[in-house]
Amino acid sequence: MTAAKEQLLPVVSDVIADLKHKPGALLPILHEIQNRLGYIPPESVPLIAESLNQSRADIHGVISFYHQFRSTAPGKHTVEVCRAEACQAMGARQLEAHAKASLGVDYHGTTSDNNITLEEVYCLGNCACSPSVRINDEIIGRVTPEKFDQLIDGLRSQALEVH
Amino acid sequence: MSVTKVFIPRDTTALAMGADQLAREIAAEAANRGETIEIIRNGSRGLFWLEPLVEVETNTGRIAYGPVTSQDIDSLFDQAFLSGATDHPLCQGLTEEIPYLKKQQRLTFARAGITDPVSLDDYQQLDGFNGLKKALQMDGQTIVDEVKASGLRGRGGAAFPTGIKWQTVLDATSPKQQKYIVCNADEGDSGTFADRMVMEADPYMLIEGMTIAGLAVGADQGYIYLRSEYPVAYQILNEAIAKAEAAGFLGENILDSGKTFNLEVRLGAKAYICGEETSLLESLEGKRGMVRAKPPLPAIVGLFGQPTIVNNVLSLAAVPYILSNGGQAYADYGMGRSLGTLPFQLAGNIKRGGLIELAFGVTLRELLEEYGGGTFSERPMRAVQVGGPLCAYLPESQWDTPMDYESFQAVGAALGHGGIVVFDDTVDMSAQARFSMEFCVAESCGKCTPCRIGSTRGVEVIDRIRNDENRAANMELLSDLCDTMIDGSLCAMGGMTPFPVQSAVKHFPEDFNQPAQNNNGARS
Repeated sequence: MTAAKEQLLPVVSDVIADLKHKPGALLPILHEIQNRLGYIPPESVPLIAESLNQSRADIHGVISFYHQFRSTAPGKHTVEVCRAEACQAMGARQLEAHAKASLGVDYHGTTSDNNITLEEVYCLGNCACSPSVRINDEIIGRVTPEKFDQLIDGLRSQALEVH
Repeated sequence: MSVTKVFIPRDTTALAMGADQLAREIAAEAANRGETIEIIRNGSRGLFWLEPLVEVETNTGRIAYGPVTSQDIDSLFDQAFLSGATDHPLCQGLTEEIPYLKKQQRLTFARAGITDPVSLDDYQQLDGFNGLKKALQMDGQTIVDEVKASGLRGRGGAAFPTGIKWQTVLDATSPKQQKYIVCNADEGDSGTFADRMVMEADPYMLIEGMTIAGLAVGADQGYIYLRSEYPVAYQILNEAIAKAEAAGFLGENILDSGKTFNLEVRLGAKAYICGEETSLLESLEGKRGMVRAKPPLPAIVGLFGQPTIVNNVLSLAAVPYILSNGGQAYADYGMGRSLGTLPFQLAGNIKRGGLIELAFGVTLRELLEEYGGGTFSERPMRAVQVGGPLCAYLPESQWDTPMDYESFQAVGAALGHGGIVVFDDTVDMSAQARFSMEFCVAESCGKCTPCRIGSTRGVEVIDRIRNDENRAANMELLSDLCDTMIDGSLCAMGGMTPFPVQSAVKHFPEDFNQPAQNNNGARS
């Protein structure tokens, strides 16, 4: 995820070559770039535009329309807190406030150690065991502020082991 | 030595409550104790308050234990759960006899939780692909007629008759000789998880339903537009599609019939509006998810300009049963013009949340009390939002309404996708009304003014009301604004956002008549 800029564009070119033949290829291309790099580097926009025979404005318009796509690198882990009604009914507003305060960031922000990016999400489909949080590709239910802290501690100690 | 089968679901909610770790620990403990077990990762039964629900196969049927945590593993083994002993405090008895499940009328969810979702053998042993085999012997019009006879109405929320939509696509001509089947799996309404359960517990049923739709109207390409918030469903669907193709149920020359149907899962990217069918099509085409004006209908000018069936997961999932058992068998369930069954989903502040498939006509109160067992917090229930973020909040005086399309419409509410979100008496309904507008600000596609600007003004007006600024005038302004959004918006996003707002104002006026205690949404 922290590859130098010059290493990014070959990845982007590979993804485009793999997927551009698909009908309606743009979303699959954007997803795959973000899967591999963690975000969609602005430098990739002209490459995508040229290969799909669209304008750069078209590509930028699509990237900016969808909440999922980002143009800057995220932290090592992405933590999404569900804001929707079923979670609200079980204390999600308090959980959101706790998440922001304990991480010291607002939504779309990344902690100063570059470890955690906080995002909002509207429904993870776990509405019978809410409130819910998603960490990377894992969804966790019945998240109290205490459980949230444990999950974050787990991510932080994991980061220490790696380095 | 016989092998004991142990079932531990791989459904999102089961996983969210620790099913993966539990499966590893049970396997390790069995090895430790010299027990030979086979762990099967099944779908969920939909009894979510019991997840992770562990089942053990015995001679008399499957015995359920739940909710099981790591701390329970030792005592379960000590008390011989592998032979189905029933004295453990977590034992729920025979799964099929659990009243919550036993009282249901499961058609679409008949296999859910019983099978390994990606096992083709399991699927076929329980009637799987019978509908497809029949459809392969029929012509397109006969298939469409069967769907019409079932009375099936779109389960996405708008309740449009499915057979009529199919007929339109069948009759439409395509200069390019290309038609499409698109499954709307962008299940964005909070409180709903029925589509997710179909995809995670019984994906072949959806694949079969889409293939039948393709045969009916002459479409050889299908897309499942899946929200990216469902990573488990994405994984399971892709596994299932690959296996179905390899076994000849999908792809070229289906079951040696000479017919072709290809299927691909496409991911959304966190945009609620893409659950609106025209916005979904734009997104599939690789564009911003901007709503299209109708007409032309997608059935005539749909994906890439070609005739396209866009159906919800549950609508397509009902099709194999209809083809297998006949349209009349399906129509025998339900009441009035609401035929068949609807999977209701109990969510939010509820003791026993989960999926309840019943014929239309059960009352909301029966679901809340008999199935749900009251609130999780054990405080009094105060408001219930049925049908998702664009539908009304119901006060207790309306809880005896039968759950069918027409009865709900009569009280100014809607069933939507069958989601039921329960709130206890700590809810601040002016905060909920504010959220409805705030959600519309975040998720509006921006094409029409009432939705794009109206929602922003709506948040501001409700904030002024909550701050006790010029309350009477602002209440009137809010009422006008709601009317403008309802009458002037292009699609349901702006056109229905006012419904929860108006219902909150109408049924819970006391929450708008005093300064808000805090901004946290809770009355302290």
